[in-house]
Amino acid sequence: MAENAPPNSPALSPTWQHPRNTWLQVGALVISLAIVALLISFTGASPVSVVANLWDGAFGTTDQAARVIATLAPLLLCSSGLIYTFMAGLYNLGVEGQIIIGAIAATAILRGLQGVLPATLVVALSIVAGMLGGMLWSLLAGVLNVYGKISEIFSGLGLNFVAQGLIIYLIFGPWKRPGIASMSGTEPFHQSLWLVRFGNTDASPVALGIAVVLLIATIVVMRNTHFGLRLKAVGQNPRAAFLMGIPATQLLLSAFALCGGFAGIAGALQVSGLFHRLVPAISSNLGFLGLLVAMLVNFSALWVLPVAFFFSALNVGSLQLPMVLKLESSLSGVIQGMLVLAALLSRGLSQWKPSR
Amino acid sequence: MNVQLQHINKHFGAVQANQDVSFTVRAGTIHGLLGENGAGKSTLVKVLSGYITRDSGTILLDGLSAEVKTPADAIHAGVGMLHQDPLDFPPMTVLDNFMIGRAGGAFLNSRAAAREFKMLSSRFKFSLDANETIGTLTMGERQQLEIIRLLSLGVRTLILDEPTTGISASQKAALFAALKVLAAQGRSVIFVSHKLEDVEELCDEVTVMRAGRVVGNMPIPCPTSKLVNLMFGRELATPVKPATCREDVTLGTEGLVIGNNRLSIAIGDLSVHGGEVIGLAGLEGSGQSIFLLTCAGVMHPIAGRLLFSSPHGQVDMTTKPYHRFQRAGIGYLPADRLREGLIGGLTIQEHVVLRTPSPGLFVDRKRTHAVADGAIKAYNIHGHTDTPVGQLSGGNQQRTQLALLPQALSLVLLEHPTRGLDIESTVWVWQQLISRCRTGSAIIFASSDLDEIVQYSDRVIVFSGGRASVPISIADLTASRLGEMIGGNLETISKVASEHPNGSVKL
Repeated sequence: MAENAPPNSPALSPTWQHPRNTWLQVGALVISLAIVALLISFTGASPVSVVANLWDGAFGTTDQAARVIATLAPLLLCSSGLIYTFMAGLYNLGVEGQIIIGAIAATAILRGLQGVLPATLVVALSIVAGMLGGMLWSLLAGVLNVYGKISEIFSGLGLNFVAQGLIIYLIFGPWKRPGIASMSGTEPFHQSLWLVRFGNTDASPVALGIAVVLLIATIVVMRNTHFGLRLKAVGQNPRAAFLMGIPATQLLLSAFALCGGFAGIAGALQVSGLFHRLVPAISSNLGFLGLLVAMLVNFSALWVLPVAFFFSALNVGSLQLPMVLKLESSLSGVIQGMLVLAALLSRGLSQWKPSR
Repeated sequence: MNVQLQHINKHFGAVQANQDVSFTVRAGTIHGLLGENGAGKSTLVKVLSGYITRDSGTILLDGLSAEVKTPADAIHAGVGMLHQDPLDFPPMTVLDNFMIGRAGGAFLNSRAAAREFKMLSSRFKFSLDANETIGTLTMGERQQLEIIRLLSLGVRTLILDEPTTGISASQKAALFAALKVLAAQGRSVIFVSHKLEDVEELCDEVTVMRAGRVVGNMPIPCPTSKLVNLMFGRELATPVKPATCREDVTLGTEGLVIGNNRLSIAIGDLSVHGGEVIGLAGLEGSGQSIFLLTCAGVMHPIAGRLLFSSPHGQVDMTTKPYHRFQRAGIGYLPADRLREGLIGGLTIQEHVVLRTPSPGLFVDRKRTHAVADGAIKAYNIHGHTDTPVGQLSGGNQQRTQLALLPQALSLVLLEHPTRGLDIESTVWVWQQLISRCRTGSAIIFASSDLDEIVQYSDRVIVFSGGRASVPISIADLTASRLGEMIGGNLETISKVASEHPNGSVKL
């Protein structure tokens, strides 16, 4: 056609235009794994034995496999929640704080209502409270973003510190164990307030069930609803979305609320399902790991499950690396980080056009 | 400094912006560069100042061939350019901005810079406070800062691109006085403008450009009509729009004043009739898009009322939010299709869903697929329902935008509706718009293509120098009248009224 090409707008350069994308992504993946292998070789270990050990560490025993599941449930929740904010063009780094506030809210319910109401009801209420807590904490960042024009990245990080301070204060102050206050957390709850578990392991079918249901709901929302499409529109081009008459403010706040709610549920499940008390490290950095998952899947909720599962297995599998191979267990973080960097790099490269 | 440009050529895609342009500026003179929108003036001075690389041609500075490839090269050679929107850093102070771009070691010598700043600004009688932040300055003050910054860098030829847009009358006087001082010192000034009155007041000599070429060169003073003839020396296209204008008023304004923090323009009382097309002419950025955005409800007027007729009578829309305007049947098509009109990553079908959602939570794929498919066929869009609109060509994106406009609109607002389209698409777009007029929709559009304005408008409003003209019927419009108005000689309400002292003026 004789018409002019559309104006260059780097921010919008669509990635799907280039068939070389797939090759770039595969290439980036291979290169990142090669770098990791090289790093391992430098430390004197063999990459093959590391892979074998990771596999063994993750799936060697039932207990270990259960721990993978126990990590997977909150990770799925955080990643699914982050799909909403990413779709709306938001980097909700406050997800860690939202997990913590969810856990605090759940603990408050468990402490306050234990013995007053039937145990099952108390646990159910604690999950709802966790969701509401996470939502409110996230909406705080949302309101600052929408009405105060403060980047959600900075407000989120700031609110993370506030949440961290609050949880330490509670554990060492009002909620301290009788006699001693310690980093090991509050007094464990009575067993009746523990979530149902697979046998005597760490994994809870309830937690996994909630996570999977909400993941499926997220996939459906993103693929088939007006809400999902509008979020995508606002995320990709807020100005055009506004001119089309899409209510951006409502959508952004809903994305914040949903993500915070999901993270809050994760926090509540960490309390009643895994730790059975409130500990300072209740989030176990799962929020940040969820960010990595969400960045790696690049808006497609379908990929959340496999990627989150892989990351959970890496996290659990790496725990025995120091004992067996004398390697740092943080190697799993190196691998995860490399993968995400490679994915972002390949996306960046696919948008890169040689200058004329 | 003597500046000679010889046989400069520059093209952008298929557009020849400068075609064999030769241009000489003598040291100690103020040289005007005059021409309408898109004549190639800005391209030419950007070539000279290193912002654009030329395709061919030579630049001679004081008779010596100069390699000017970047703005830094140009400044080094003594050529500095003051842009229409000054390139400064709003959060920083005046003094910080003044020091940017100078050579020197790792450390800033603020005290020496402050001394030089004071000396220069007092020499030109500029009242600038070195500690003020740029964000609080007016346009005129930012220009003053940029001028003395360029002078402190040793610039001997100063280029000004439309400097009198958006500054006050006293700032304009100060600017002109400063430029005359510079010329008296032996520097040369290139004054790019489309405003005849400014050129006539200030310049010693003028070069007129049209359609990428130099069409004339003459000393000032010279007869205004001669300049107008050079600028618009061609027959305008003949109107092709059929009469679709009705009696009923779609949009009315009462004492309307529009604007933003920089510009305020009195529109006054205006009645737009059903089926009528109003063209907005003028240099880009003279307020046409502010007028469109105000009518669309995206911006609010500064003063006055915006009245909209609906089946239930007249509604005052002045303070209503944007979505009320949409519901009232006002459609707005922005100029920048991929940045404002469409979402590049979403498909045609997804756009249909966003524009006309099916009832319920879930997207009705079957229905929207049918709707999108119908739109693609009806609007002859070269694409499929699942083609992301970012992949479409400009013409097809414009067709998609038009296809997405709701069927029954009472007012359609368009900004550069056919920019970047080939002739076939242009004609097609206007067929669609005129068929909307036949059903009673009113259309207001802005265009920098005078032919388009003349061909399709019933009445024309010209925007220039922070003012808007009264609407002028297309039958009464001649090329020279239009040219003079764009050049700043506007026929505003007061002027028309004084020429018709005995009767009320019907607008």
